[in-house]
Amino acid sequence: MKRDALIAVVLFALVALVPFSGEAYWLRLGTTMLMYGVIAMSWNFIGGMAGYPSFAVAAFFGLGAYTGAVAQKFGLPMGLAWTCAGLAALAFAALLGVALLRLRGHYFAIASLVVAEVLRELVNSATELTGGGMGLNLPIPTMTSIDAQAAFFFYAMLGLVAITFAAMLLTTYSKLGFGLRCIQQNESAADMLGVDTTFYKVSAFMLSGVFVGMAGAVYASWVHYIEPPDVFDVLFSVKAIVMVLLGGAGSVFGPLFGAALFLSLEELVWRKFLEVHTGVLGLLIVLLVMFLPKGLLSLSNRLPWARKTR
Amino acid sequence: MLYLQILANGLVLGGLYSCIAAGFSLVWGVLNVINILHGSFIVLGGYLAFFGYVKLGIHPFASILIAAPLFFALGYALQRGLINRMIAAPVLLTLTLTFGLDLMLSNAMLAAFTADFRKLLLDPPLGILALGPVVLPVDRLVAMLLALALTGLLYLTLSRSRIGRAIVAVRMDREAAALMGVNVKNVYAITFGLGALMAGASGPLLAMIFPISPLTGPVYLGKAFVICVLGGLGSVPGAMIGGLALGVVESFGALWFGPEHATTLSFVLLIVILLVRPEGLLGRKGYS
Repeated sequence: MKRDALIAVVLFALVALVPFSGEAYWLRLGTTMLMYGVIAMSWNFIGGMAGYPSFAVAAFFGLGAYTGAVAQKFGLPMGLAWTCAGLAALAFAALLGVALLRLRGHYFAIASLVVAEVLRELVNSATELTGGGMGLNLPIPTMTSIDAQAAFFFYAMLGLVAITFAAMLLTTYSKLGFGLRCIQQNESAADMLGVDTTFYKVSAFMLSGVFVGMAGAVYASWVHYIEPPDVFDVLFSVKAIVMVLLGGAGSVFGPLFGAALFLSLEELVWRKFLEVHTGVLGLLIVLLVMFLPKGLLSLSNRLPWARKTR
Repeated sequence: MLYLQILANGLVLGGLYSCIAAGFSLVWGVLNVINILHGSFIVLGGYLAFFGYVKLGIHPFASILIAAPLFFALGYALQRGLINRMIAAPVLLTLTLTFGLDLMLSNAMLAAFTADFRKLLLDPPLGILALGPVVLPVDRLVAMLLALALTGLLYLTLSRSRIGRAIVAVRMDREAAALMGVNVKNVYAITFGLGALMAGASGPLLAMIFPISPLTGPVYLGKAFVICVLGGLGSVPGAMIGGLALGVVESFGALWFGPEHATTLSFVLLIVILLVRPEGLLGRKGYS
């Protein structure tokens, strides 16, 4: 655990140097990558550790984005609005978890998939509060230059990544993480041996919601304008799963690695295929599932030098 | 009197919903695979009917006869080539696989047909049928009857034909069926083909009522899922009852809460059913 924490600190310190490059492009890319990192790590709590195929990421992201935006609309300072968004996602995850986590397998997956649609519909019809389909404008932050703004949101996302990573590391090595892995392997057996499965699952679900909610709020402040189809996009849920699958589910650095790799693919490949953007993503998913269901990091175990260290 | 009309509308809608859900439920029940592609298959069937009618003058109801074998072949090939390899994998992987395939198909449709909503208009129109206070457009009525007939045909196939009994046997006990000489891989592929056929054939029928666009695929998928949960997984009568029930609930919901809350209403219904009666209204083991 100490080794992982040390590696992470060095890694984050290196990433923190990015704004000094002075390139707006790298800064924007870096902020998106950090956001993907938060999303992937968050999904790992419920999907990687507990083995529940959750598609609720988009719901938490949108909920957080709108909570933060509406809070800012009513004059709350940015930091407080982000906290509100996290709390809203946390409470929503708790309520939803109690209802949905009784379901298993496909039932849970699809029910969690529909949640984002429902929230989108509700936000769409609550025009007075959320602007409905017209979207919602956020106050422009009072920072001197555009460069300073970009750097500010980069560090905000980096801070969120660090918090999420710390939470994930602590969970992995705690009783909660142990219980979640038991649930993944055999829920009935875990239940019989005295693991409070409902409590553990709901906790994991809440952890998978709170940071995504905050990331949504930071995103909303960052881009100044949100609309329902943008922040309740089901692709957020799918991307989270793909990133974790890329990096390898259940491992500590897997989700971050997957997020970085995924964004690189997105930038390098898809910019060239604007028309068939989602089609190429689909192809990537199919290939990934067929040939590398355990993630790219699993490849490294097959290399000769990797075996010697074990 | 208004209520009678709403009830009739709901039943017409529900008949079509039964047809959507029957194939989805079959694949889910027998293969334990959620076919995310189902919604896009329906839309593709709709386009087949639209362009068949506009370009070639084939009546939409007749285009079902073309759609059925095409979609069966497509589904069979897809299952044989891709999904059969993953059949024993965890739920997350099969789900993600069909999701990836769906992204490809819906993107292809978006590129080929654009996101424009197209409406199939019969010329000349079939007119309306007035039954006392209830007024029904004839095209919708015929579409519903055809949908119910297709669903009934699936039921007969499963309960009477040799391959149908093999499908039911595989659903009940895969190992035992294999020991009795059933070619399980082939049965899986045929099941998936039948599911695709039901989706592709319901496309032209839905095109009589709803506009066609690649964006509507997920809506149909969501409805199929809700109906499966409502009626109970893995029975054609269940899908039929669930479909009719959802149709009626939706049309009364539209009256009382407004049509913009359709998804929320289905979701609430879904959660209530899952919590109160998780096996569905007609749920039981075995595919009948």
